Parts: sequence; structure tokens; C-alpha cells
Amino acid sequence: MVSYRRERLDRGIKARCNGIFALSSYREILYLLLPRAIPVVFLLILPLLKGVVGLYWEKVLVITCIIAFLSLSWDLLASVGLVSLGQALFFGIGAYFVAFLDNTLGWPPLFTIPLATLTGAFFSAFLLSPIVRLRGIYFAMITLALPLLFARIIEATGILGGTEGLTGLSPLPNIWIEFYMPIIGLIVCLFGFRRLINTDYGVVLQGLRDSDRTVMAGGINIYWYKIQVVFISALAGTFIGAFSTHYYQFVGMSAFAIDLSILPLTSAILGGVGTFAGATLGAFILVPMSEIFRAFGTLRVVFYCIILVVFVVALPEGIFHYLQRKYHQFERVVTVGTKE
Amino acid sequence: MKEPILRVTNLSKKFGGVKAVDGISFDLEEKALLGIIGPNGSGKTTLVNLITGFVRPDSGKVFFKGREITRFMPYRIVNSGIARTFQMVRPLYKLPTFKNLIVPLYSPRVKKLRGGKYGERDEVAVDLLEEVGFERDSFVPYKVASTLPHGYLKRLELARCLAVRPDLIILDELFSGMSLSEVASTLPIIEKIKEEGKTLIMIEHRLRELFRIVDRVLVLNFGKKIDEGSPQEIKNNEEVKKAYLGTEVV
Amino acid sequence: MVLSILIYGGLNSIILALIALGFSLTIGISGVANLAHGGFYVFAGLLTWMLFDSLGLPYFIAILLSVVATGLLGALMYWVVLLRVRGIVLSEVIATLAIGIAILEFFRWKGFVHYYGLPYFVEGSIEIAGVTIDYHRLSIIGIGLLLMFLLWLFTHHTKIGLAFRAIAQEEYTSLSFGIKSDWIAMLGVAFGSALAAIAAITILPLGTISIGVGYEVLLIAMAVAVVGGLGSTLGTLVASLILGYAQVITATFLAPHWMMVVYLVAIIVVLAIKPSGLLGKFKELEERV
Repeated sequence: MVSYRRERLDRGIKARCNGIFALSSYREILYLLLPRAIPVVFLLILPLLKGVVGLYWEKVLVITCIIAFLSLSWDLLASVGLVSLGQALFFGIGAYFVAFLDNTLGWPPLFTIPLATLTGAFFSAFLLSPIVRLRGIYFAMITLALPLLFARIIEATGILGGTEGLTGLSPLPNIWIEFYMPIIGLIVCLFGFRRLINTDYGVVLQGLRDSDRTVMAGGINIYWYKIQVVFISALAGTFIGAFSTHYYQFVGMSAFAIDLSILPLTSAILGGVGTFAGATLGAFILVPMSEIFRAFGTLRVVFYCIILVVFVVALPEGIFHYLQRKYHQFERVVTVGTKE
Repeated sequence: MKEPILRVTNLSKKFGGVKAVDGISFDLEEKALLGIIGPNGSGKTTLVNLITGFVRPDSGKVFFKGREITRFMPYRIVNSGIARTFQMVRPLYKLPTFKNLIVPLYSPRVKKLRGGKYGERDEVAVDLLEEVGFERDSFVPYKVASTLPHGYLKRLELARCLAVRPDLIILDELFSGMSLSEVASTLPIIEKIKEEGKTLIMIEHRLRELFRIVDRVLVLNFGKKIDEGSPQEIKNNEEVKKAYLGTEVV
Repeated sequence: MVLSILIYGGLNSIILALIALGFSLTIGISGVANLAHGGFYVFAGLLTWMLFDSLGLPYFIAILLSVVATGLLGALMYWVVLLRVRGIVLSEVIATLAIGIAILEFFRWKGFVHYYGLPYFVEGSIEIAGVTIDYHRLSIIGIGLLLMFLLWLFTHHTKIGLAFRAIAQEEYTSLSFGIKSDWIAMLGVAFGSALAAIAAITILPLGTISIGVGYEVLLIAMAVAVVGGLGSTLGTLVASLILGYAQVITATFLAPHWMMVVYLVAIIVVLAIKPSGLLGKFKELEERV
């Protein structure tokens, strides 16, 4: 009886790229380099196309970067096993901190942004630190609840601008900084996180995702490491929040909007959890699409939610994992058993 | 007389209405091999959990090398020098086998003992795996942990303990689920560990193999210590037989 | 004034408890945090309104149909989605949240913004020792207390109720008793959803049905659950009392718009002192990790 089995094997060129052999010929070098170089070049060129595609799409690019940053931040947390339902928390904290610094102290944006990023991240990590000891569900619920709460408190008490928000904040020095700050930041963040997760430190982090107890039994203070990851992840979120306040010269309750939590989440799930590149890819797919379908209003959110459910239940692999697999491996059908 | 490396006084733990561990006390000499036996449910694993900090005791104290470690967090106890295996093995499934050992090699204890950055943890990991019986030139250490058969996973647990350079190793039913040949190949490894000067506690059901290598045996039943002594003394104890086999048979 | 605080504080507490009860029940039994709770709440309210106003059905029938429909919706959600991702916290949580938001934003897109209101059960009001309170609010208190009593009876004295508690305590052992844990878990989600519907129908008449209410309900449910302890019904009650009275006292002595801050303060305090909630069971590390 003959039956068939599908098997996956690494491509020849992937096997030849092991260790030092990656430098053995131009083919191997390009095989490894191109997938990384192309997106980087693409990203760096985009702002220069301003004249071609118009200012509107350049603004969309900035929004995409914002969402991409939050997706990367989410993906890092997910790599440790922490599910965040409120990336808006980091964004809003960064946004409001920088607005406060700008409004009350009047320091220049190139100074307030890093300052707000750091203090915002410390504050976020501090806020979330008691929860990392608890079951994962608590982290999900608290990150969901906190932005909603903060928004409502700002609305109710009218502090920090209340419902109208704070306007007339300082702009960024020039238009090139406006574009290249998020883009270069994004490239640094993307490759930085990927590098991080491949170090020994990153192995410990992945261990936290797989089995807390085993890591604890290896002598690691799992809670401290989780807090560190929250901090790093918050840095990405607060940075882009601080940036966006100066970009739009405005901050309001919308900094804590649930869209800022759902869209990064969807991007990361769509793109593939744990790959970081997937999160970025997802953002670059969803945000422009969202702009194209602007006419549908809030139905888009319904659509994102449907994507979320479908991918989470049926296609947990995500786009990037699929692409990666296709790039590195090939499939073939093999006969099993003998012909009678 | 030298101070015992581990001293347990009057440990007790209740879960709901069940007294899992009821006032257990014992001393453990350095470099000794203690066996803990008892029927299922007698509290052996809970005792280990209490000693290693994974469960908080209701009362009692644990002393390691003279210092009290009773309510310490598990990672702190590991860093003091006690490593343990788990009955229910839970390796880091999605990582390659040798990467599993990166985690204990990253602990503060190992960093301190080796004095800062000391070179590839990957190399050390593969060496450790070889020590517990993984063939060096095979591809097994590089396989993803989820693909490994049970016997290998148990040996990985042992390697995980050794990675932390502990002074005391507690093996919780290491041999359970292992075939006779695997047990036969693991026993010399344990003997070698003992020769290197480490203290060991072994919880086992496979008494024949256990009695061959232990110095002393502790018997538990219903959370209480019912006997303690050399393997020969334990073998002849009526109460121990009753505990395992029931009164009818004896 | 003290009596007014006493009565309205109690009322507020019962309202919070009604809202949180379904959420707490679901997480206690099925282990699933139903983040679609807010969505179900608004769904039930709008469905009742549509049945009553547009189709002209008698109010009582509309209520009955809505409660059943919401319960079925919960069961459907479990059967189609949650069953496949049971145990993976990441997926469960994202799936329920996505469904909840989808429901809410769908209605927002359709235009059901905030004009619709449900009628009171009974019109009129009554005065107790100088404090005026209308019949509907009194009925809320009555229904709330009755519901909690019935729930207690159910979980302690009926077969299914006992099965609920069994699954919540120790799932594997319950399985060996022949209790079909998946089926019971689905019932748990259905019950929780139906309770959301009952809460909606009882409380919504106090205001209008708006989409923002959906998010607020989710916030309340989560806040009460965190403060009281996940899965503990008694914890839900205690947390509702504390939060309910704290809110009314804050509103009376400070200003109404500080009520939101009460949630934040309560959550922060609980997380700092007893992170698993006031009556939450602090699981031993081995079980926790």
C-alpha cells in the first residue's frame, strides 16, 4: 500500500549558511542580507518620496510607524508570556508626560522626548510591577482597564487639559527629523529586539514564556526579569507617544484610546507573534489598508476584531512565520511504503 | 561532629483539610546520599517543595549550611546551592535542548562562581549534556526539546540541576518512566556526582536500584516520618512493609 | 443625609454587583475571563429595545427573549471560538475582547448611539424617612438580592450548580466523576452572559443605552473582580459594597466626577497590598506558576 507524506526540508542554501560558511560566496551573503536590507532601504527611502505621493500619505507613514512601534512593544511582552491588552497605556503615558514637560517647563522637544520616554517607562514598569507575580489574566485585564480608567479620569477631573486636551505644544525642529525620528527609531527597535531575543538573556525571556517554574528552578528571579521586559517594552511605547505629541502638537484623551491597543494587537497577530518583523509587517499592511477604507468608519474596527478572532483560532502562525518558512524550507511529497 | 548540610525541623503543611506533611524533622550529613521513600501520597514531593521554597510551610524550619532558608523564594534557594528535579518534567519545549541549559547557566550563582563573563554558554551546555549521557557528536542536543523522548527529558532535568553547580541535589523520582537500561546508564552518573562531593536526596519508588546506592533511608507515610535508618534496617521494618503493602498482606 | 448615603450607597453597590456577577461567575467556573461582557450587556439592552419598541412585543416577553438570546450568544461564543483555544490564555483573552469590541463597534457603526432607553419596571416613587427613592431603584435592590440568593441556592443545592463548583475547584478530578467539563464550562459562559443581560435590563432604564456604557460595564466588572478576587462570588459582593459606598461618599463629599478615581485607587491599593484580591485565594507558587 502506497501512501504519501508531506515533508519539509531546509533549503540547500540555508544549510550552507551555517556559521562561518555564511560568508563563503556572494549567493549565501545575499541570501542572508537581502531580507534584512530591503526593508531597511525601503523604510529609509519612504520619506524622500514625499513629493511623489503627497503629504497625506506621508502622514499615514507616521501613523504606521506609531502602530508599528506599539506592535513591537506588544510582541516583546508576548515573547515573555505577558499578554497586553492596553498598549495605549504606554503611549498615553509618554504623550502626557512630554506634554507636561513641554507645557510647564518649556524645554526643547529633542530634550523632552528622551526624558519623557525614560520617566514614562519607569512609571509604567512601576505601575505594572505588582501584577507580574499574578496569573497572566491579571496582566491582560489591568492593561485593558488602566488606559480606559486614565482616559475617564482625565475627562472627569479635567486635569492635563481634560476633554479638550492640550494644544499649541512645541513642534519638532524640522521636517526631516519629523520623518526620520520614527523611522530610524523603528529600525533600531525592530533589529534591536530581534537581536535581544537571540542572546542568552533572550533565551531566559523565552523560557519565561514557556515555563515559569523551570526558569525559577534555574535560579532566576522571574519577577525581576518580567519587570525588566515591561520596562523595555514600555520604552518603545512611551517614546512613540512622546514623539507623536510633538508631531501633532496636541495631546488629548485619545492618547488612551482603545484603537491604540487593538490595532497593534491585530498587527502583531496578523504578522505572526514572536517574530517582531511580523508585527512591523502587520502594521504596514493594516494601517494603509485602514486609510484606504476610511469611508467605512468604525466598521473597520469590527473588521480588525474579526481578523483577530480568525487568526487566533484558526491561523495562529501568522503571515511572517509562513513567509519565513517558505523562504527557508521547501516542501515535497514523499511516498511511504512499497508498491504492491 | 560536623554541622549537617541540611536540617529540617518540624515541617508541616496542610492543603485544605489534608495534612500533606505532618511535623517532619531530619538532618542530612554532607556528601551523604539520602533516599526518601513512601507510598504515593505520603508527602514526599510536598516535602521537597517545602524545602526548596515552592510551597510555603505552615510551621517548621529549614536550615541549609547553617542558615535558615525557610520562607525564601525558590530562586534564592537555588542560588544558595540546592537544585531539584521535578516529577512532572516541563522543559522549555520550543527551544533546542541545549538552550534549555542556558537558563540555569544565566543564574547569579553561576555568574558568581565562574567570575563574570567566561565564554560560550552554548559550549558549557553541550558539555553538561554529555556528562548526563547525551552522545556528544549526535544531533540530539540540538533537537527541539518537544521532540525528545521521556528518558532524555529526565536526563535533561538532571543536567539542569548540575548546571547550577549545586551543593545539594534533590532528585524527585528521576527514574520514573525510565526503562531499565536507562536507569542502568544513569546510576553511574549519580554515583559520580556523589564522588565529586555533592550531597544528594533521592525520592524513588524503584527500591531495588535505590537501596544499592543510598547511605540512609527516610520513610514517609501519610505525611509523617515512620522510620529512618540504613537500607538494611528499613528493609526489615514491619511498619514500612505495612505502609507499602497494606496490613492484609503482611 | 446619612440615610441618603446609606440607601444610595447600597443601591450603587447592588448595581455594581449585578454588573460584575456574570463576569465573576464565568471566570470562576469556566476559567475564562469573558471580556465580551460589556458587549453582551449592550447587546441585551438593544435587543430588548428593538423587540419591545420596533416589534411591539409585550415588555415581559422582550425581556425573556433577550436574556435567552444573550445566554445563547455566550454559549455560541464558547462553542465556536473558546473551545478551540481553551487553556491558552493569550488566545482566550484576545478572542473574547475582540468579540466584545466587534459587537459594540458594530452597533456604533449602525448608528445606535444614544437615544434609546428602556422603560422602568414600575413608575412612581416613595419616600423613606425623608429620602426619596423611586420604585424602579428599589426593585433593582430587590432583584439584585433575589438573584444573589437564587445563585447561592443554585450552586449549593442543584446538581448542575454543584458541578459548577466542582469544575471551578478541581477540573481533572471532576472529569473523573463523569462531569463533562467542556459542557459545564459552556453553561458557565452562557449563565454569565444571561446574567449580563439581566443586569442590562434592570439597570439601563436608569439612563440611556449608549456604546460607552459597554466599555464602562467591562471596566466595572474587571475592577470589581480584581478588588474582590477572581472567581469568588463573595469577593464580588464585598468589592461591590466597598466600591459602591466609596463612590457615593466621594460623590457627596467631593464631587461626582471623582467617582472614577475610586476605581483606580481601589485597584492600586489592592494590587499593592493583596494582589490576588480581597477574598482571592493566594495560590501556592507551584500551582501559580
